[in-house]
Amino acid sequence: MAMLGGLLERPTGTTGIWSWLTTIDHKRIGTLYLVTAFFFFLVGGIEASLMRLQLAVPDSTLISANIFSQLFTMHALTMIFLAIMPLSVAFFNWIVPLQIGARDVAFPRLNALSYWVFLFGAIILNLGWFTMTAPAAGWFAYANLTNTTFSPTSGMDFYVLGLLVLGTSSLLGAFNFVVTIINLRAPGMSLMRMPIFTWMAFITSFLLALAMPVITIGLVELGFDRFFGTNFFVFERGGDVLLWQHLFWVFGHPEVYILILPAMGIVSEILPTFSRKPLFGFPVVVFSGLTIAFLGWSVWAHHMFAAGLGPVPDAVFATTTMAIAIPTGVKVFNWLATLWGGNIQLKTPMYFAIGFIALFTIGGLSGMTHAAAPSDLQQTDTYYIVAHIHYVLFGGSIMAILGGIFYWFPKMSGRMMSEYLGKWSFWLVFIGMNMTFGPMHYVGLVGMPRRNFTFPSGMGWDLWNLVASLSVLFMIAGVGLFVYNALRSARSGEVAGDDPWDARTLEWAMSSPPPHYNFAEIPVVHGRDALWEQKYPDEEHAAPPPVPAGGAHEADEEHHDIHMPSPSYFPLICALGIFALGITLLLYQMAAPLGYAAGVIGIILLLWGSYGWIFEPTD
Amino acid sequence: MAHDATMGQAEAHYTTTGLDHRKILMWVFLASDCLFFGALISTYMVYRSNVPVGPGPELFDIPYTSVSAFVLLMSSLTMVLALAALQRGNSRQARLWLLATALQGAVFLGGQFYEFNLFVDQGLTLTTSVFGTSFFVLTGFHGTHVAIGVFMLLTLVGASYMGRLKPKHHLTVELVGLYWHFVDIVWIVIFTVVYLIPS
Repeated sequence: MAMLGGLLERPTGTTGIWSWLTTIDHKRIGTLYLVTAFFFFLVGGIEASLMRLQLAVPDSTLISANIFSQLFTMHALTMIFLAIMPLSVAFFNWIVPLQIGARDVAFPRLNALSYWVFLFGAIILNLGWFTMTAPAAGWFAYANLTNTTFSPTSGMDFYVLGLLVLGTSSLLGAFNFVVTIINLRAPGMSLMRMPIFTWMAFITSFLLALAMPVITIGLVELGFDRFFGTNFFVFERGGDVLLWQHLFWVFGHPEVYILILPAMGIVSEILPTFSRKPLFGFPVVVFSGLTIAFLGWSVWAHHMFAAGLGPVPDAVFATTTMAIAIPTGVKVFNWLATLWGGNIQLKTPMYFAIGFIALFTIGGLSGMTHAAAPSDLQQTDTYYIVAHIHYVLFGGSIMAILGGIFYWFPKMSGRMMSEYLGKWSFWLVFIGMNMTFGPMHYVGLVGMPRRNFTFPSGMGWDLWNLVASLSVLFMIAGVGLFVYNALRSARSGEVAGDDPWDARTLEWAMSSPPPHYNFAEIPVVHGRDALWEQKYPDEEHAAPPPVPAGGAHEADEEHHDIHMPSPSYFPLICALGIFALGITLLLYQMAAPLGYAAGVIGIILLLWGSYGWIFEPTD
Repeated sequence: MAHDATMGQAEAHYTTTGLDHRKILMWVFLASDCLFFGALISTYMVYRSNVPVGPGPELFDIPYTSVSAFVLLMSSLTMVLALAALQRGNSRQARLWLLATALQGAVFLGGQFYEFNLFVDQGLTLTTSVFGTSFFVLTGFHGTHVAIGVFMLLTLVGASYMGRLKPKHHLTVELVGLYWHFVDIVWIVIFTVVYLIPS
């Protein structure tokens, strides 16, 4: 590392640890996101398994109430912010530039910064485990449970600072993908010719750009209360505890769609590919997505029916919530109609996609039952809500993400995952998930409250809690098999070729894995399903033997000189600066000089990183 | 051909809309920033008439703050003049207008610092009441935006002295200008909501 004059040479290596630390290639950043987020998915799964272990039998004393609170809080935070969101972002990174015919995202270095800030935010959020003082006030962190009286440990400090840093990462990523999708589409790719996954990434990025600021301000206010003694949520000094709930859910409900829209996009790619027909009603699916995103801003108070807002707000929010079911239902029917009359190939991704439709529909229907305020008052804080959210987030998002990994694995690694093991993992996860979360509908409706570390015997809950806990073993086996399958296939799987599924969109037009510049020549797009039209120019539904698509291989020789920007140290330096600033207040509470040191180091790193970034030569 | 394929030099490139990436990025950021201010202004609106202890809005000196608001608004004019000068190819004049803009921003920040001190002397601090909390955090958040803007403007002035801000870099100045105008417009809203509308 040459550090003369404060400026670093741009690194040039393509292998080894430094090439990963300095990479700005969207595909490598996508892989980093995928591996990190899948790791946290397993961590969240361990947290959930420990809770099920505790709840397997009544009056269990295995895990204390305090640790249990930390477990359910961190399970939710981990799965939402460290697993499902970044797994979606992993697909944005890997797939969106390929689908729109671009060589990279609009701001490759900003993209690297997003990843490193995400990683450091995840570390800050999890710091509490080292002292067993993780956040314990629930992921929703209702005031005034979060003030220094009721949360005296550092737990909520990790929450505030971790989520602030993670929010920064999400915002940077969202800005980048909005610009990329607006401005880097290949010639001829109008908005309505854009692949459906890219559409959902586009909508999700807008939601992120507009929703993250609201929670950020909420966290800033909570952080001021905890660190500087302000009164935002201090009731005695005029603070309003409901204000936190509003700020949280104005973010929190669009967040739900941030979690599910990318999954819908993945499924909307898989279904047409394996039905060998175009997505039914493409414009309707797009506009349903837009409608969901728009209406998603008008439903937040349905999380607050039990807060006593009054009959008029409750009625309004119940109505808007039910209205959202319409575009969602439209999508479900579009997926079914895509299958209808198709030449269906039951490959593993298709299993996950069909599983998604079934489970997400069940979750949507139970969602409708708590859209009605009077019915919701019976369900609030019971296991029925837990069942609902796991049907939409596990049955929905995770099923789609596992299917998406299986679907795009050949493109990412150049090798196929094993179909045999894949189907086994699907059935294990599918059965396990239904037997774990299905019974929760029942125990919730007969009154079992959620977030309690144990329950008494003789309430009629014993059997189904035991079933739920034992069924977790199926999910562990299924996910374990999936990981084994991926690791084994990455080394010794069958070689995939460019287009193993005979798919429809441009990411399958180049070699697997793609060359670092993606497209030797930027394609010109003449219609929706650009690759399909290239392969089968005359027929819409016929499936003749595949012909080689594109000219990537032949052109390789001539395009050695395609010049992509070199890697850069500065994203990592900036992210380290943000990390140091993120832990400044924590260290300050331990010992003031440590805090000052971290603050000064953070500012120096951030200034060095950003000035180096700005004045870095472009190649 | 090889050179054309370089990313990051957006101006030399095909883009779908014909606009530079960085310009769209700035607009998306500003849209996002609206929600930051929106959430803070909402908080202030909830709390503005809630003064259970300590002094309240009677501390506001509207003529004083009007003057500093006027200085900030005028800085938008000099910002426009800076960009116009650079687009005409007059780097020297652009540098002077950038410096003038930064100075006006600094005057506004000085005024805010003085005002904050005055309020603290009169018994309204960050922790006195929920009114003080939401007032200082909202106006302080805006002041932080102004300070970052001044910092960027001074960076441009410094780059200009070193001969690194040439007329071909007019987009950079335009982007800083977009940010600067946004911060001014937000102040119009905050000034109206906080100082002018009686609670």
